[in-house]
Amino acid sequence: MTTLLSVDRISKAFGGLQALNECSLSVEKGSITGLIGPNGSGKTTLFNVITGYEKPDSGSVTFEEADITRVGPSRVFALGVGRTFQITRIFSRITVLENMLVATQRDEGWLRGLTRSKSSKSELAAAMEWLDFVGIDRLASQPAGSLSFGQRKLLELAYVLVADPDVILLDEPAGGVNLTLINEIADKIQSLNKGGKTFLIVEHNMEFVMNLCDRVTVMHQGTDLVSGTPSEIRNDPRVLDAYLGGSDDDDVEEAS
Amino acid sequence: MLRVRNVWWIGALAALVLFPLIETNPTYTSIGIFTLIFMGCATSWNMFSGYSGYINLGSAVSYGVGAYTLTLLADHLHVPGNGDLFWLIPVGGFAAMIVAVPVGLVALRVRRHTFVVITIAIFFVFQLSATNFSFTGGTSGLQLPLIPWLETNYNKPFYYAALAITVFAALLSFAVRRSRFGLQLLAIRDDEDRAAGLGVKVFAVKLTGFTMSAFAVGMGGALYAVFLGQIYPQFVFDPIFDISIALMSIFGGLGTLTGPLLGALVLESMQQYLTIRFSNGSLYLIIFGALFLIVVLFMPQGIVVYLSDWRSRRSARRAEGARVVVGEAS
Repeated sequence: MTTLLSVDRISKAFGGLQALNECSLSVEKGSITGLIGPNGSGKTTLFNVITGYEKPDSGSVTFEEADITRVGPSRVFALGVGRTFQITRIFSRITVLENMLVATQRDEGWLRGLTRSKSSKSELAAAMEWLDFVGIDRLASQPAGSLSFGQRKLLELAYVLVADPDVILLDEPAGGVNLTLINEIADKIQSLNKGGKTFLIVEHNMEFVMNLCDRVTVMHQGTDLVSGTPSEIRNDPRVLDAYLGGSDDDDVEEAS
Repeated sequence: MLRVRNVWWIGALAALVLFPLIETNPTYTSIGIFTLIFMGCATSWNMFSGYSGYINLGSAVSYGVGAYTLTLLADHLHVPGNGDLFWLIPVGGFAAMIVAVPVGLVALRVRRHTFVVITIAIFFVFQLSATNFSFTGGTSGLQLPLIPWLETNYNKPFYYAALAITVFAALLSFAVRRSRFGLQLLAIRDDEDRAAGLGVKVFAVKLTGFTMSAFAVGMGGALYAVFLGQIYPQFVFDPIFDISIALMSIFGGLGTLTGPLLGALVLESMQQYLTIRFSNGSLYLIIFGALFLIVVLFMPQGIVVYLSDWRSRRSARRAEGARVVVGEAS
């Protein structure tokens, strides 16, 4: 397997807070990689750095052998890295279908937009196909602001997919979603993965991550604590410590 | 097939074309000219600020630059006082676009309230410059050569020039609304960061929209200069203009095609009429205030959106009613 996306010793501080501290991560092509860790361990900040929303203080991000460390969000997306947000972000005052159309041409010059109509036939077809895939095609002409929370999650997934990125970063796809929909989302991810899509997933739902992911990286205090297969992670004492707000090694020894 | 909506548009356009032929009183055709200038400017302003949500309260910069460009050029090129002056109106529009590029490069780096404040600040820089530089004539302004046309027909060319600007602005706004570019502006309004993360080159798109919207506003200012024959900094770089354009669009429906046209038609013609009728330049402010209270309280998205919502609710009720009747019959 080849590495599609790799993060090499990224550091990022916000004022006095060291959000990321020499954090490294690699995502194999065709894999589903999980990224877990306690709240505040820097997972979302890492996503922001990868997708160009934050500029890191040091370190590098490489995608398909190209350095994308300080590239802006629209360019990163154009290259083929799509993402969803932890707090779902959609365009609420335009229709669901128009939401899809915003993303259909991920790498089109800005001047081209002036001379072409909102959509072509093939783009419309692709948009409807992906809406159908996530199961909200009947809502295509509704304003996106009228969607429920779960439907928004599905829409966000659909419009990232319509641009056909090579790797998709999902920030808590199962957060705040009911069990039926969680399973549905997991199924979608699995079937897309079989079709060749690579995923990097931040998620707190352990069952979801352990069932879905090929490899899991655990983050703690801004750095990658440990990486391995789900079963390795499950049995690693350092992971438990990180989650239970555990202690330094000395404390453990004293207690024992 | 001719759809109802198109019939409305054609009817409205026909009424505007016929107006100066039927109403020849120069007092009223003058009202028509000012109203059309504001309709064009508000539509053009809305094409960027309404679609993108970047409320530009410095649109008088474009208006003033258009007016001053035309006046200064007419002087330098020794254009005589006749219809030739009209050819300079698009030049005023282009000058406004050129000026909009550096203004946009500065102002579009910030968002929302900060953007609004920056545009106001830039506006005052222009107003102060026009008041204090010597080439602008300072506070005494600049004169254009007199056009020796007969009083009875004097207003007609200006009226149709203003109508041309308005039609141009409306067609451009319509084309933008249907283009990919327009969709990107709407996406930026709803969530700029998300749009960037879906491949929209947000800064380039914003700057293009900002610059394009300056064109018709600049032409409006240039036409205003030719019509009045003289310009003063406090009238072409007028903070009331900044606010009026925005309020007309909000009143009619921000981000809609017809909203700014309707808003400017109602508010500007009313203002002009009240000012003349009661020879009181401030009376309209009271009525404006009352109207805005009503619109903001009862139809916060503007008249056009309110009416279309009302119509769709009514047709939904009718469909509901029809189902009930069918249900009873079966």
